[in-house]
Amino acid sequence: MPDPLAGLPLVDKLTEEQRAKVADLAREVTFAARERIFDEGQPASGCWLIRSGWIALDTIVPGRGPIVVQTLGAGDVLGWSWLVPPHRWHFGAVAAEQVTAIELNTERLKTLADADPALGYPLTLGLFEAVLQRLQSTRGRLLDLYGSPRDR
Amino acid sequence: MTVECEPLLDRDPMVPVPYRVASRRDETRDSATLRLEPVDAAIPAFLPGQFTMLYARGVGEIAISISGDPSLGDGALTQTIRDVGAVSRALHDAAPGDVVGVRGPFGTTWGLSTAVGHDLVIVAGGVGLAPLRPVLLGALANRDAYRRIVLVTGARAPDEFLFTDQLAQWSARPDLEVEQTVDVPGGGWSGPVGFVTEPLARVAVDPDRTIAFLCGPEPMMRFSANVLLGKGVPAGSIRVSLERNMQCGVGLCGHCQLGPLLICRDGPVIDYELAQQLLAVREL
Repeated sequence: MPDPLAGLPLVDKLTEEQRAKVADLAREVTFAARERIFDEGQPASGCWLIRSGWIALDTIVPGRGPIVVQTLGAGDVLGWSWLVPPHRWHFGAVAAEQVTAIELNTERLKTLADADPALGYPLTLGLFEAVLQRLQSTRGRLLDLYGSPRDR
Repeated sequence: MTVECEPLLDRDPMVPVPYRVASRRDETRDSATLRLEPVDAAIPAFLPGQFTMLYARGVGEIAISISGDPSLGDGALTQTIRDVGAVSRALHDAAPGDVVGVRGPFGTTWGLSTAVGHDLVIVAGGVGLAPLRPVLLGALANRDAYRRIVLVTGARAPDEFLFTDQLAQWSARPDLEVEQTVDVPGGGWSGPVGFVTEPLARVAVDPDRTIAFLCGPEPMMRFSANVLLGKGVPAGSIRVSLERNMQCGVGLCGHCQLGPLLICRDGPVIDYELAQQLLAVREL
């Protein structure tokens, strides 16, 4: 039987047996273009491993409407606010085009990881790598490296 | 159009050669691309990665990378200039018919011929796309010699991409993977938003068969190199283009010294195995 999690960076540190356990609580989903996946401030539940398409993370700025702060694409992880308090989404997410993804049931995933640290640790490490990569990229943007010296 | 001229092979490299601005194209609010044709004799043919010293009469001279197609061999030069100071403003504002002085070409090259048979990963930030354009044009002119060609390019905002028409054409090619991203969306942009390292992180690479070419602000190159190193690409397979205060262009004056290197002579293109040590020294 084909591995539904094959090629997804988040789970590439898991053993075959561990991946099978995670695959049990995964399902393939599709989002239509412009379909909202979740809203900022709502209780956070779910984690998506993007297979194809683009998802925009946005936030509402009064007078400017929803502002896209980042886009996520194939191989990226969407949704980790379920893992830590206050368990609410910090940004909204909307499909910028048709998206296919693997959706993980995070209530069951957390129970599984709590009960089996040998699975929880590499999974958390995978999430940490994704968070770190996004943090570093955000820092790169904060430097405003491409701006003209005349504007500084 | 082919320019009829003889190359100046036995010349004094310190003497500017007159070139006339044949055409000028605004790229962004502060960048323009000039096509320069020799008034009489031409400088020798360039290789991708090299630069010239461009002289604006009565204002001064600066190093500008060559952004044109190396396979044309027509004696003309294409150079993209960002208006950031007095000399670059004079050159940026040069109009068709104006004459500028050219010395060069100088410096090391991207070594495209040594990348034959490899995947090419080209990463450009902001105006860093200008010196990398000859790599892409050179590789596309000899497309079968390379495996995958990936271009990852980032800009501050959608209207700050160089060569927008060509980017659109490249994006439509099935034999070229183009990833564009912006730091700040706007102006109807519906594409990816994020730093250039994000699309680069999504690119699946075969580390043993990849040669990477990086150009942009130094932190952008360091961060991008880190992503590639994390994917297993050896530092020796990553090439970066460095910018320092080039003045003579021939390794005499020392203004462009970076540790043991004179960037006008030993650069601007060097491999990351060497660059990462030098760029880590704060005083350099």
